[in-house]
Amino acid sequence: MAGVVRSSHFLFMTAHFPSSLASSVANGQLRASQLTCLRGERILFEGLDLHLDAGEWLHVRGENGVGKTSLLRLLAGLAQPASGGIFWGGLSITIDPSTYHQHLFFLGHRDALKEDLSALENIAIAAALDGQRISEDRMLAALHRFGLRGREDLPVTCLSAGQKRRVLLARLLLRSSQLWILDEPFNALDSQAIKMLERVIGEHIAAGGMVILTSHQEVAIPNGRVIEL
Amino acid sequence: MNAFFAIIHREVLLVLRRKSEALTVLFFFLIVTSLFPLGIGADVALLRKIAPGVIWVAALLSTILGLQRLFASDYADGTLEQMALSPTPFVLLVGGKITAHWLLCGLPLVFLAPFIGIQFDLDLETLRTLILALLLGTPILSLIGAIGAALTLGVRGGGVLLSLLVLPLYIPVLIFGAGAVFATSAGLDVGGHFSLLAALLVLAIAFAPWATTAALRIAIE
Repeated sequence: MAGVVRSSHFLFMTAHFPSSLASSVANGQLRASQLTCLRGERILFEGLDLHLDAGEWLHVRGENGVGKTSLLRLLAGLAQPASGGIFWGGLSITIDPSTYHQHLFFLGHRDALKEDLSALENIAIAAALDGQRISEDRMLAALHRFGLRGREDLPVTCLSAGQKRRVLLARLLLRSSQLWILDEPFNALDSQAIKMLERVIGEHIAAGGMVILTSHQEVAIPNGRVIEL
Repeated sequence: MNAFFAIIHREVLLVLRRKSEALTVLFFFLIVTSLFPLGIGADVALLRKIAPGVIWVAALLSTILGLQRLFASDYADGTLEQMALSPTPFVLLVGGKITAHWLLCGLPLVFLAPFIGIQFDLDLETLRTLILALLLGTPILSLIGAIGAALTLGVRGGGVLLSLLVLPLYIPVLIFGAGAVFATSAGLDVGGHFSLLAALLVLAIAFAPWATTAALRIAIE
């Protein structure tokens, strides 16, 4: 895994928000071969191959219940495939999960927020659990970017579904991981927030990041590929 | 190691925001142990005799009461998934959660013990043994209980199953914990009981977090 030297142009571009883009320390590549996923007795998909290089993103599409979420959970390492393997930088993710997790940010269906804590506390604690040291200014900036100015100290219970989702998305900006796996990231977001998220994903891709997401809507970000399940 | 303290801080913060959950456990312990002297009456000799067993059984039951919530809410809101995928080793975070559970549900029992001891007319020497035994024993209860809590995660009616699973495993702690207190009141040496409790604690620290982590991974999948 070679370290990547960023061009000065890129540094300038990201000066306002270095967080998500300081990401790709090691340049990984995700590859999955001959994946088979079982749900009970039923085969959701089999013989699935995919690969993703730095600066690319993948749109997983398909009808409800076809196994999009299952695929994402397999790729994140939350579940084990019935057969086949997943490789990060050529190394199976089951062999060295902790290295893989350093480069991975997974956003699932559920909010993963503590209702009794404020948005800022939630973000601060999530970062601390990941072993990150982040200044409060950066956390506030991330929340403000997703339009939560003035709501940083409210308990998350008081926020709407869309706002909760925004809190979670603010974590995207703070976790410097190269690979983002996002399950329905546009859910519950208003059109303005959707645009915002598309821009954040676009910046991440442009900076050599990788994104895999599921969504039922068209996503206008360059360098993407679609995989139909 | 910072993440370990961060998760303890988080658990304490969550309990402070919702005090009722932790207080339920403490009041349960307090009330159950108070019912015995009230029910039996002023037979001091009998009270002294049953005190070790009653206090320890109440400690086991109130620990079980707190265990059900150990992983359930993190499992329900998806934070457990995030912990499993964190760059921090999952076992460290699980260990932190178990430590926090002991700090919030086990350690307070140790502090309550002297007041409960008075109701059973325990002398100073016996009280000291009781406190020491609880200090050594309650972490074992949290550690073993965490395995049960992880195994029954997401199971319908898991609460009852958890008790059936965990209570038999608590028997050694009960025997040596109550035994130590009884030995003191009978004027016998308690060194052996404490050594065995300490050995159980070391064993539990060495194995329980790993077993819990493995069970949680299965529950998440």
